[in-house]
Amino acid sequence: MAYVALSEAEKTYILHGVEDDFRCDGRSRRDYRPMDLETGLVSNASGSARLRLANTDILVGVKTEIDVPNPLTPEFGKLEFFVDCSANATPEFEGRGGSDLAQELILSLQNAYESPLAFDYRTLCLIPGQQCWKLYIDILILECGGNLHDAVSLAAKAALFNTKLPRVTATMLDAGITDLIISDNPYDCTRISIETVPLLVTVCKVGDYCLVDPSAEEEVCSTVSVVVSVSMRDGQAFLSGTHLTGGGAMHRDTMRNCLELGLAIGEHLDRLLTKMLNLEQERVGPKRPQTIGFLK
Amino acid sequence: MAGKYELLSEQGLRLDGRRPHELRRIKCKLGVFEQPDGSAYMEQGNTKVLAAVYGPHQAKSKHTESIINCQYSQATFSTAERKYRPRGDRKSLEFKMYLQQALSAAIKSELYPRSQIDIYVEVLQADGANYAVALNAATLALIDAGICLNEFIVACTASLSKSNIPLTDISHFEEVSGGPKLTVAALPTAEKIAFLEMSERFHIDHLETVIETAMAGCREIRDILEAAVKEHLLHMGSASDFAKVC
Repeated sequence: MAYVALSEAEKTYILHGVEDDFRCDGRSRRDYRPMDLETGLVSNASGSARLRLANTDILVGVKTEIDVPNPLTPEFGKLEFFVDCSANATPEFEGRGGSDLAQELILSLQNAYESPLAFDYRTLCLIPGQQCWKLYIDILILECGGNLHDAVSLAAKAALFNTKLPRVTATMLDAGITDLIISDNPYDCTRISIETVPLLVTVCKVGDYCLVDPSAEEEVCSTVSVVVSVSMRDGQAFLSGTHLTGGGAMHRDTMRNCLELGLAIGEHLDRLLTKMLNLEQERVGPKRPQTIGFLK
Repeated sequence: MAGKYELLSEQGLRLDGRRPHELRRIKCKLGVFEQPDGSAYMEQGNTKVLAAVYGPHQAKSKHTESIINCQYSQATFSTAERKYRPRGDRKSLEFKMYLQQALSAAIKSELYPRSQIDIYVEVLQADGANYAVALNAATLALIDAGICLNEFIVACTASLSKSNIPLTDISHFEEVSGGPKLTVAALPTAEKIAFLEMSERFHIDHLETVIETAMAGCREIRDILEAAVKEHLLHMGSASDFAKVC
């Protein structure tokens, strides 16, 4: 994580702000910072999204490949996460410097996506036991401004929404061998349902209070935080995984409050994200603006 | 693959519809990120590169001269076929060395004794001339960081069609269609060449014209970069009114 040096006085200032429910940037404890989201900017990937949450910058590309399903789960497709911490974010990430942070993010994403109720792996199956889609979700961290877990999960969900899988037809050959024909037409494609795809919400404990979307400075002041992964199903928010990060510990009651706060925020966040993604997709033809990417 | 496609049609157009001497469309922006001391984004056709500069800061080692440290990495989704690692492969180590070499020629390193300048380049989308675009982006990032340069260092690629007509700024498709490829990094005003690399083969008689084509490309890119820097400075300075002076 990008190193932020804070003096005792600065820490106290942040702590008092959190106590008064008025944080340094004017937010309350339940507010998010503004974010920019754009999908479909990497033409070499099947799906992509870029999310900028204040100073946190994430670019996600989804690549597809045809693979053989795991024999234990013959009807399931595969997902693989890869996180690369670019040295652009901080010189500490040069070479292999970012691999610890990357591994932590990969694990929490894998955890959240593990349940078939959170991500329907059946939609990625082509022929049970023989062929399935394998999606590589490659996440590139370009700048760290706090709250990486949330930003990464939001960007990953948006990139999955943007992913286009070419339509595949199978022909039966002799001796039960099947041959796959993959459509060449870029418009002949299927989409992935993202309704239940989980989002991560970090609930950060600063002093005696819990807050969401911590900035890099607030993360330094925090002793412990809970990462809550929220998956929506039929309009209800479910927990699809959770873990504690940071060196501290918290009381059971606080933990329960954090989880409830995380669920409520996650539900709201999910609704907003889905709304914005649908809005962006509806704009087709001349109404769709040129991709802006990093030129803004 | 070699010789499968003609690089130049009978009408004198290239595979992507450009004329032989035309560059791809260049879009660039300085100051994309907050954290680094300087950053830039550059798009040349479908090749997209981000560069960040940290420094000059105190060097870890006890060299008395300045250290220019580069890293070249390519996003795993940047190429048509997925890459398994973003950096550490031979190609990126080679590019890192070449970047270091070319930038050392441009940076006034005598002004930064005992200091280190880190230049990190991230290729988001690769569509030919990756090294050249990476170097151009690094130049912009260095300017954004306020590091003294002798002059703009710009790179451009060139090739030669079967009918011996030189081509500027090679795309990925042209790279893999066979035909020679020459990369030049130059200080265009001084007409100095800081780095030159070529692959495949040329007749020595054609080398001069191809280098000249690449140099012409460099000059053209330099003008575009210079305009972008001026635009950026006007934008930056408009708050304090210094834009009106020039």
